[in-house]
Amino acid sequence: MTSVRDEISTGPSAPEGIGTGGGGALLTPPPTPRTDRAVSVRSDRVSRWMTRAELALLLGPALIVFVGFVILPVLMAAYYGFFSWSGFGPATDFIGLRNYVTILSDPDFHEALGHNAFIVVASLVLQGPVSLALALLLNRRLRFQSLIRVLIFVPYVIAEVVVGIGWGLILQSAGGLNSMLDKLGLGAIAADWLSDPAIAIWTLLIIISWKYIGFAVILFLAGLQGIPDELSEAAAIDGASYWQVQRYIVLPLLGPTIRIWAFLSIIGSLQLFDLVWIVWGQFASSTAGTSTMATYMVSNGRNAGSYGYGSAVAVVMFLISLAVALVYQRFVLSRDTAGALTGASALGRKTR
Amino acid sequence: MTTASLPARTASRGSGTGAELGRRPSGLPGQRRSTNLVIYFVALILIGLTLAPVAYIILGGFRTNSEITVDPSGFPSSWQWSNYTDVLGSGTFWTQVGNSTIAAVATTLFVVALGLMAAYALSRYAFRGRGAIYALFTAGLMFPMTVAITPLYILVRSIGLTNTLGGVIVPQIAFALPITIIILVPFLAAIPSELQEAAAIDGLGRLGFFFRMVVRLAIPGVITVGILAFVASWNSYMLPLFILNSESAYTLPLGTQAFASRYAVDTSKVLAFTSLSMIPALIFFSLFERRIVGGLTGAVKG
Repeated sequence: MTSVRDEISTGPSAPEGIGTGGGGALLTPPPTPRTDRAVSVRSDRVSRWMTRAELALLLGPALIVFVGFVILPVLMAAYYGFFSWSGFGPATDFIGLRNYVTILSDPDFHEALGHNAFIVVASLVLQGPVSLALALLLNRRLRFQSLIRVLIFVPYVIAEVVVGIGWGLILQSAGGLNSMLDKLGLGAIAADWLSDPAIAIWTLLIIISWKYIGFAVILFLAGLQGIPDELSEAAAIDGASYWQVQRYIVLPLLGPTIRIWAFLSIIGSLQLFDLVWIVWGQFASSTAGTSTMATYMVSNGRNAGSYGYGSAVAVVMFLISLAVALVYQRFVLSRDTAGALTGASALGRKTR
Repeated sequence: MTTASLPARTASRGSGTGAELGRRPSGLPGQRRSTNLVIYFVALILIGLTLAPVAYIILGGFRTNSEITVDPSGFPSSWQWSNYTDVLGSGTFWTQVGNSTIAAVATTLFVVALGLMAAYALSRYAFRGRGAIYALFTAGLMFPMTVAITPLYILVRSIGLTNTLGGVIVPQIAFALPITIIILVPFLAAIPSELQEAAAIDGLGRLGFFFRMVVRLAIPGVITVGILAFVASWNSYMLPLFILNSESAYTLPLGTQAFASRYAVDTSKVLAFTSLSMIPALIFFSLFERRIVGGLTGAVKG
């Protein structure tokens, strides 16, 4: 082991990430780790062993749990994906890539993938501008400011199960929404929001947006607070209108936050499971046209007793997400500093 | 955190002087008032849209089934408290509340403890492999539970933890660790090294510094991380769905769904059950809301 000191420079940089929030600050380059000179100076053998023991004590438990229950299952999925396996006993029926061939040629999977793709794009297009506009509107000192923020955040805090059951009852054919439309004399608009294949995916999109827009607004508000007021004030003094200030000063500075939000939203959309499963369930989701890769994985994997096949679907999902993430990082996030991706993902992986 | 909660507090308190302190110095006071009216109007609509479904669930719990069938979008006419009292009087509801509480508290405690220790090692020790270990944890964000759920179930089953809360808690800890460590590392790195040197002069080793000082100094970060872990665990659906089969082990989300499908005809009671199941998370969140938003906004600035 080289001296403790030499490694400081080569050490990784912890992203400042979350701490500083806001505009550029969310993505500030990582601080160089501080080491305590007092300790590293006495680098005799005893203290080096002490250091190792301390490190093992501090890092050991987290590493064991993490590797055992996050990394290992992912590797297991990669392994079982090559087998036809019912989940009991050792997997012996090695079938090579046949699971993958089946997945990639299954029209049901194509359909699910298409739904995921639609939700990725539509979430960005719908939620992005709306939540940006709301954040800009709310980014001023208002009466009841904290109350407004808490209330906007409520859907994000409520469990998916509650959201699913509540919306399911509201949107069913004889549910609250249709009855309300009737009362308002808009009975003509009433529809089978959940079961009509032409509408259901839009319904899903609305439910997702309802649940996750609050998170985007809060994230953008956090970003806006990191933009110094002086910039907008200076521009206003120079004669810029309110909209010019927002367009040419605030939005560009909010860029990093927007890009991070978009990333979280994309990954969340690709992994979408809970809401679809709760509102539509296994069978209705495929007939109503709201199935996703994750619901496909559970219906055709565990619920069909084909664990090998389910694992292969998981691997495909993972590779698709990874490819999207890498492309996004390469072409969109590349202008922000490295480490930003990881830093801000911490904000919440449940964004969709 | 003190720095973070300050702006929010002054903002809410300074509502009276809000107009004068507004971001946009241009424009006449009259104009400003009318734009503010527009904003309040938009905020009102927004909150209406946000809360309407929640209100539908809560109010529906006060109605009778026949009322709901006849007029799904009406107000309660007779306020049936019995739906709520029935649910509150049933043992299953409280069993599930208990299970959810145990799972959430245990997950939170272990995530915070393990995450704090690992983040301390990663932020204040220089050692070979530090970068690799940090990268390993951050890579964990690329493995959402959805992708790992099938083999995770097999793993939990093979160590005999299916149908136990432990089988939910341990994977939850593992999947919460990356976020926790990523949030905590900058917090701990921001603790001035002078403090540590002073502590060292006073005879405190690094571990002593950790237990005496760091744990206390990191409390703002710990609270943010803890709330995120708690709420995620409280609402978690997919993992319990795979791991827990017997109703005695159900957590609240599973129990709510089971109740909803079993008593599908008894809509009003389903709505009552659903409303009651969201109360704990709402209370918990509103208590700590400022901490969460503050933690996102900018807790410790170097």
